[in-house]
Amino acid sequence: MSKVMVVTSGKGGVGKTTTSASLGAALAQAGKSVVVVDFDVGLRNLDLVLGAERRVVFDLVNVVQGDAKLAQALIKDKRLDTLSLLAASQTRDKDALTEEGVKTVIEELREKFDWVICDSPAGIEKGAMLAMRHADLAVVVTNPEVSSVRDSDRIIGMLDSKTVRAEKGETFEKHLMLTRFNPARAAKGEMLGVDDVLEILAIPLLGIVPESPDVLNASNLGCPVTLHNPASTAARAYADAARRLLGETVEITAPALEKPSLFGRLFGRKAVA
Amino acid sequence: MTAAPALPALRIRGRSFMALILAPEPPLDGWFAALDEQLRRAASYFTNKPVVVNLASAREAGAGLEELIAALEERGLYIIAVEGLEPAELAGTRWAGLPDLRQKPQDREDGGKLLEIPDDKLPAPAVPAVTSLLIDRPVRSGQSIIFEEGDVTIIGPVSSGAEVIAGGSIHIYGALRGRAIAGLRAGANARIFCHKFGAELVAIDGVYDTPESWSAAFTNRPAQVRLEDGVLNIAPLA
Repeated sequence: MSKVMVVTSGKGGVGKTTTSASLGAALAQAGKSVVVVDFDVGLRNLDLVLGAERRVVFDLVNVVQGDAKLAQALIKDKRLDTLSLLAASQTRDKDALTEEGVKTVIEELREKFDWVICDSPAGIEKGAMLAMRHADLAVVVTNPEVSSVRDSDRIIGMLDSKTVRAEKGETFEKHLMLTRFNPARAAKGEMLGVDDVLEILAIPLLGIVPESPDVLNASNLGCPVTLHNPASTAARAYADAARRLLGETVEITAPALEKPSLFGRLFGRKAVA
Repeated sequence: MTAAPALPALRIRGRSFMALILAPEPPLDGWFAALDEQLRRAASYFTNKPVVVNLASAREAGAGLEELIAALEERGLYIIAVEGLEPAELAGTRWAGLPDLRQKPQDREDGGKLLEIPDDKLPAPAVPAVTSLLIDRPVRSGQSIIFEEGDVTIIGPVSSGAEVIAGGSIHIYGALRGRAIAGLRAGANARIFCHKFGAELVAIDGVYDTPESWSAAFTNRPAQVRLEDGVLNIAPLA
């Protein structure tokens, strides 16, 4: 039984694309056949994060409009043969997508893969609506700050009312992925804590990804962090999240406050002149 | 001496009135059940219609007078007379003062033709209009719950950027972090209740307020908002 999962957030820049790539890679590493679909037509990024930007010939818009066959547009990852990418078009905009066309593509992908991951564009307009429209479940990516949380809340409301599943009266499964979490700043009260976010959004927590240079490095190198540096806390957070999506019970550990080293404590702050 | 004024001529008329004659027959349980069913089916037929009760058959069957009287009276019939028994028998009962129709013993049985009673059910009691709305899921940012007809009850939080608008009061079993606007119809009597107070705006009967003007002491505590003399009053709920 294949699953269509939308990765969404409302707000931009919170880590949707990184999460799509990392969860996709982690699920593929767990032996599932996975396709990640970039719905951010006009601002495509997923190909870069997956290091496939030089191999894109046909894209989602070509397939939706019938100019290319799905098989021509799917790009297989060179490191993981169970992971594929369906890129977005950079030269078109979101109006190039139609609901019928998207539905047909999603149905076709559903037959080929175990997991279809739709990387939603930011916002609540057509692109985001089409990305979530045919999904079975959602991963809501949120940063621990009030604006991100409020936008996520808005998106959760839309998932509960605008998806095909919700319109049929079925319950729509939603998971929270808390990214860019900085335990030190949360402890100082400069960021919302995990409990605050969970209390406001009231959906189950899928994982907590700490703010980490590993994530940025991996993105810049075009390699998901779960492949690039599997031992890092961020990679482990994504790998654990993938296992939870597959139905395993894995305890969630909040990133702990790291104790600064002796030198860190001695020379942690530079005097202000 | 003046002549006595002439008395007006007395005009006396005779007129027949129609009365329904009810004659309880044994077995009395069955007869009363049938009467009840008839009263249900033709509810207004007996209203204000004089009824004469013929107790002949019932008495012959040995039914107690007091029980018969009680059973007939509790059905709300407009009983004007009794027949079919000696008036002396009624002495000491509640019907002792009823007019004596002096029916001859041989006429006892019936007299009067059988009537057909048309069906006429009481109109079904009007279902009162729904005056409350129950929402048992979170009200998310950007969502708007508008219910002008009455109270709104929400089981779950009302998020920042969400709004609830009610004709009556608003009850929130959860945190209120968005807007709550009450009293569209009920006016100043409407109130807002919540488990955790953290509203962005509250309004009752057009009077609104924002967090700038209220104390942070209520934040995240159970609270109610009332309108008193045109001023919104926020108070903790004990």
